[in-house]
Amino acid sequence: MARALAIDRSKLPDPGPSRSFALPAIEKSRLANGLRVWTVRHTQIPVVSFILLIDCGASADPAGQDGLAALTADMLDEGSGDRSAIQMHQALALIGAQFDTDIGSDATAVSVTSLSRVAPRALGIVADIVARPALREFDFARVRQLRLHRLKQLKDSPAAVADRVFLKLLYGADPYGHSPIGSESTLSALSIDDVRAFHQREIGPASATLIAVGDCEHAANVRLAEDVFTGWTAPERSPTIPSAPAADTLVRLAVVPRPGAPQSELRIGHVAVERSSPDYHALSLANAILGGQFVSRVNLNLREDKGFTYGARTAFEFRRRRGPFVLQASVQSAATARAIEESLAEVAGIRGPRPVTQEELSFGIAALTRGYARNFETADQIGRAVMQLALYDLPDDYYAQYVSRIEAVTRDDVSRVMAAHVDPARLTTVIVGDPSIFTDELPRLGLGAAQIMAPDAF
Amino acid sequence: MTLAFSKHTLANGLDVLLHEDRACPIVAVNIWYHVGSKNEQPGRTGFAHLFEHLMFEGSQHHDHGYFQPLQGAGGTLNGSTNADRTNYWEVVPSNALELALWMESDRMGYLLPALTEAKFTNQRDVVLNERRQNYENRPYGLAPMAMLAALFPPDHPYHWTTIGEIADVRDAKLDDVRAFFERYYHPANASIAVAGDIDSGEALELVDRYFGEIKTGARVDNVRADAALARDIRVHIEDRVELPRLYIAWLTPAMFADGDAELDLANDLLANGKTSRLYKRLVFDERVATDVFASQNSREIAGYTQVVATAAPGHTLREIETVVLDEVARLAADGPTDDEMERGRAQAESQFIFRLQTVGGFGGKSDQLNAYNVFVGDPSYFERDLARYRGVTPESMRRTVQRYLDPAARVTMSIVPRGRLDLGAGGSAAVEVS
Repeated sequence: MARALAIDRSKLPDPGPSRSFALPAIEKSRLANGLRVWTVRHTQIPVVSFILLIDCGASADPAGQDGLAALTADMLDEGSGDRSAIQMHQALALIGAQFDTDIGSDATAVSVTSLSRVAPRALGIVADIVARPALREFDFARVRQLRLHRLKQLKDSPAAVADRVFLKLLYGADPYGHSPIGSESTLSALSIDDVRAFHQREIGPASATLIAVGDCEHAANVRLAEDVFTGWTAPERSPTIPSAPAADTLVRLAVVPRPGAPQSELRIGHVAVERSSPDYHALSLANAILGGQFVSRVNLNLREDKGFTYGARTAFEFRRRRGPFVLQASVQSAATARAIEESLAEVAGIRGPRPVTQEELSFGIAALTRGYARNFETADQIGRAVMQLALYDLPDDYYAQYVSRIEAVTRDDVSRVMAAHVDPARLTTVIVGDPSIFTDELPRLGLGAAQIMAPDAF
Repeated sequence: MTLAFSKHTLANGLDVLLHEDRACPIVAVNIWYHVGSKNEQPGRTGFAHLFEHLMFEGSQHHDHGYFQPLQGAGGTLNGSTNADRTNYWEVVPSNALELALWMESDRMGYLLPALTEAKFTNQRDVVLNERRQNYENRPYGLAPMAMLAALFPPDHPYHWTTIGEIADVRDAKLDDVRAFFERYYHPANASIAVAGDIDSGEALELVDRYFGEIKTGARVDNVRADAALARDIRVHIEDRVELPRLYIAWLTPAMFADGDAELDLANDLLANGKTSRLYKRLVFDERVATDVFASQNSREIAGYTQVVATAAPGHTLREIETVVLDEVARLAADGPTDDEMERGRAQAESQFIFRLQTVGGFGGKSDQLNAYNVFVGDPSYFERDLARYRGVTPESMRRTVQRYLDPAARVTMSIVPRGRLDLGAGGSAAVEVS
């Protein structure tokens, strides 16, 4: 082919106007038993993704029973009626369906993706799993044992240890203070009766939303859901929103010794802000600039400038109640103190001393808004997006409003929300690493004496 | 379902694959360079991957980082290196296609003038930290190093991992980069796929405009090497782990070769998921293991099948080894059941269609087109690939398992808690890895 013009490499090509795209429309119904059924048609590929979102996550664990919600979720696919766990999974495999259970702090999501022609069968199996699990003593003993083994293994994982210690120091006895798996002592004390009671009480249609995305029709989904979830009832429960006393004593620095470790796993943060905050958009943008993307202050400093780490990032974990703000990185042991210093300086800096520049602001806005369409390409992505609406009671036009809400954020907004929601004096720093390498340097951080903790101190 | 495309080869040898999918206003740009850690030499390992990092540090006409303009246009991007190839991709809003091509072509054509000692040193430190994070400081993280070293002889290009040896990465020199770039990073050793919201004709013109001017290099010959196991090689590592883990591996056919699909399906029915034979025996019934999984690692020159299981507290890897060998022998003698065949086929059919859901990223349609083009020379291989799985019969699977999963020619590796060699599979020699 004949090549036209020589190209101009003196400047980058300017993207022209972006092509508009239609956000998915959601059709909604509610069944007599209270189950919400939401459908988004997405017909490129003959595939349907169902997500059953249940308003019950690890924070619903009763006091002293850490791990019960996750254990119950894990027990769901362990058989239904006369069928064993293995038979349930054989039925799913026979139609080539992909099944998954996810538990978070605020909710549990059970999902299945299959070819559209077998989607009704896939949902039938999921209904048996969620609404009619066998919950047998025999399976319980095995599943709990596997979780205890998993806990044992997690003690060797620096990242898992850091996460668990961090949450405990931030939240103490608050329901957000433990990871979903619970602890050895609480898991050991649970019985199958606890699981049965929890399932009966918490896993009901009135607090669940069935989201269907793909090559399917809403009316058919409603009929299908009425059919497969027939007989599933539960009293409408008032969502338990426990009060959120943060841990009463502030620990500014904690070390979990891991002798010989080549890196220190770091977590720096504090309890911050809830999903419903009016500052959500400004905080999202602030975080993108601070540590939410590759081209962020924290990553450019710790990785691209200093070479201390493979990557560093920050996040506001938005939840129903106030979730944590966290900076995380795994840094080479000899750079531990310097990496913490730099991290603390970045967090403090963006609140005022080094406010975001107009350039950073424009870049952050562009990064969050211009590629917005790519979050809505697959049925699974759309399902996860719609799930956020159900989980946090967001309006249907939430995604349609997103771009303009981000574009409206100003530099002052960023400074204001960071000052309001991030307080350098309240940050807790957790180090999982080899103290012999960095202990001498810790005093200069000005964080006081380090609390030394065991990897299973929770 | 098919994966429709058109293929063109530019005068400089660059293969161009185009796929239209206009549902979402995004475009994936995906480039494969046919070079990986298999092109390295002993003593110089880890270089292909280190080089990949340098590709994100700027090029002659845009020397301030690779991420900035693409993220600022709303794009997302990444790259990866494995034994056989290195890939780079962007997914951008369709209006930024030209920007992505500008950036990719600038680093293909003009990387070296922007390369400095400072960038090189920085990324060498980043890679050493990547190694610490993903291998050295992770439970069982040194297993891949030990397993590959035991499976393949020292001069075989699969003897080492892609991340490389620490000493080799430390010793890497800026001068090596130039030679490596000139040998492997040129149009005739690359394949670009553009998939998504495009008009194929316009996209081809753009690709030709940006890449057509880049001068070609010498053809890179395929790497060839042989490996064979003549006995049961038994090794162990004492490590910072709570529970012992057993690895049993066999040399198997290369990617797409006869027997590869059979072993893929055989691994699933042996050890993947709750329906698998080993899960049922080891985890469900006998409860001697806490997890089990298996994979056919299909590579360009050779493959290997690996079964991995972690012992439950109070149990040894010897108990697990007995059960694994027993189930492999049973499959080699009797083959799969009809039910197992039906499930395996249903899952393969679904997986192939699930793979068509996204245009970009690792494993998306653009990545698949490049994989087929680079490894088979035929981007239309999608349907023939699926046909390989449809063509597996109970007898072909049985025969393949019998031939390749030979108990007398394997590597058996135990990773045990320090001081607890008694929990291992026994009869093994210690191996040093770092």
